[in-house]
Amino acid sequence: MAMLSFEQKYRVRGGTLIGGDLFDFWVGPFYVGFFGVTTIFCSVLGTALIVYGAVLQGEANIWRISIAPPDISYGLAFAPLKAGGLWQLITMCAIGAFVSWALRQAEIARKLGMGMHIPFAYSFAVFAYITLVVIRPVLMGAWGFGFPYGILSHLDWVSNTGYQYLHFHYNPAHMLAVSFFFTTALAVGLHGSLVLSALNPRAGETVKTAEHENSYFRDAVGYSIGTLGIHRLGLFLALSAAFWSAICIVISGPFWTGGWPQWWDWWLNLPIWH
Amino acid sequence: MKSNLGFGFTFGAIGLVIAIFLAIAMIAGFERPPVQTAQGGYRGTGIDEIYNPRTLARLHAANVVPASLPQLPASGPKAGAVYKNVKVLGDLSVGEFTRLMASITTWVAPTQGCAYCHNTANMADDGLYTKVVARRMIQMTQHVNADWKQHVAATGVTCFTCHRGNPVPSQTWFSAQDQTHGALQADPGKNLVAPAAGDSSLPGDPFTPFLKDAANIRVQATTALPQGDAATIKNADWTYALMMHMSSALGVNCTYFHNTRSFGDWSQSTPQRVTAWYGIRMVRDLNADYLGPLTATFPQARRGPGGDVAKVNCATCHQGVYKPLFGVGMAAGFPELQAPSGGH
Repeated sequence: MAMLSFEQKYRVRGGTLIGGDLFDFWVGPFYVGFFGVTTIFCSVLGTALIVYGAVLQGEANIWRISIAPPDISYGLAFAPLKAGGLWQLITMCAIGAFVSWALRQAEIARKLGMGMHIPFAYSFAVFAYITLVVIRPVLMGAWGFGFPYGILSHLDWVSNTGYQYLHFHYNPAHMLAVSFFFTTALAVGLHGSLVLSALNPRAGETVKTAEHENSYFRDAVGYSIGTLGIHRLGLFLALSAAFWSAICIVISGPFWTGGWPQWWDWWLNLPIWH
Repeated sequence: MKSNLGFGFTFGAIGLVIAIFLAIAMIAGFERPPVQTAQGGYRGTGIDEIYNPRTLARLHAANVVPASLPQLPASGPKAGAVYKNVKVLGDLSVGEFTRLMASITTWVAPTQGCAYCHNTANMADDGLYTKVVARRMIQMTQHVNADWKQHVAATGVTCFTCHRGNPVPSQTWFSAQDQTHGALQADPGKNLVAPAAGDSSLPGDPFTPFLKDAANIRVQATTALPQGDAATIKNADWTYALMMHMSSALGVNCTYFHNTRSFGDWSQSTPQRVTAWYGIRMVRDLNADYLGPLTATFPQARRGPGGDVAKVNCATCHQGVYKPLFGVGMAAGFPELQAPSGGH
């Protein structure tokens, strides 16, 4: 793969977290590193196990392939391969791959002398996944509370698990998560359109800079958060969405067993009007 | 400038106090692990019941079946021959009859005693309305045990299933009254806290259409696109309110009956949904044939704001438990409550 003349300058040794120089090289455009190797290993093994599960299931329709977790009766023990053990192995592979990817991001950032913002941000997605398949099942006492790995089957799980608490929209953390997802989309929409309006003007117009962007928002709403600030805000909004998603599912079951509408009884019972 | 700052601090302090207060109220509302669970469907489908074992322990303590009096022989003179005005239980022996009367006293009027229904100077007198009601309720119990086996199975019911030591069962319902205020807004029957619908803002009285009248509980579309589907959002609101009631009444979640990927599809539902289907019909039958006709028998004080009789719903028997009294069968010890008897 072709390499630009200046790229070589950034391909520096060191910055690895583990293994020293062992995997400190590039394959084409890709940095390898120890965690690149573990990422590939875990994802190939996990995918192969999913294919094996599909064969056991006898299902060739990709929408209907499903790797289900063990029965709740197995608790937190290992289950036989064909009774949920496969799900347990695939979960280990998935966590191995996701965590490796985060650490590979950290190594690349260290090589380039950059901040840890990218692995920090990505970790929130990994945290949400681990919450679903490890933290919540452990708190509830059985791996069987993890979600099945299948395109349609995981949607069925989401539906039923939501209805276990009657009306999931009354879940306060779900409310926050949904609000943050929408606000993230709003912020990205505002930011993207603002930047393009300044940097990509129609033919004949000059390119504008951040001063125009700031002026636009000061004229419109009296305040501009600024060029650095908008990215801090964007990161905060996006990570809050992922964080509260994880919280909204981990409290459903371990910390609330009833319907979410009834949780709001604390509001009805406030001594002001009770 | 300085006074502005003081103003800000005061506001901040008040805000902080309110925030701390609300946070405590919120956090106090949560529960904690461990939880108790029961799997109801294939692994990974999420068809599970989730319980707080501490709540469950309280429910078990509140649902203890009282000891039954020892059964007495069916031989000897019949109650109908010995006592006057015995219209329903006349075929019982005096021993069986007396045991049932004593049992009913413990089940229904333990503190009030025989005088709650009887004129103690003349036990045969029908002067007290409670006696007339009790007679009809005995017939209702017999009818439930004999004709609604699809719902109550061999477990059956006794007076205690609903009464639990109360002269009036604690969980009954009256039809809601129109709450229209002024000329500008009609009463939508919803958007208030609805205890009947799990404290949601769904319609507060789903019972009148579905458990007194026999409106169809059928809002899910059967086609992918809206093709001639007559169900409205209001239909859906009422239906979901009834479902919330069934859930709270039985202490179960939606997946006890449904695979929520397709609520209406019987082939994907749990066997419990069939039992519930019969239960809805049973409740309609009891409200229409047993409680409704007693409306005029009850004094005004015992009736609802609209003058209607107290009616039954799922909670009347279930009282927060998936099987009333956790499925402990009392009725088997009372064969006289198993089938209709005597004249009318």
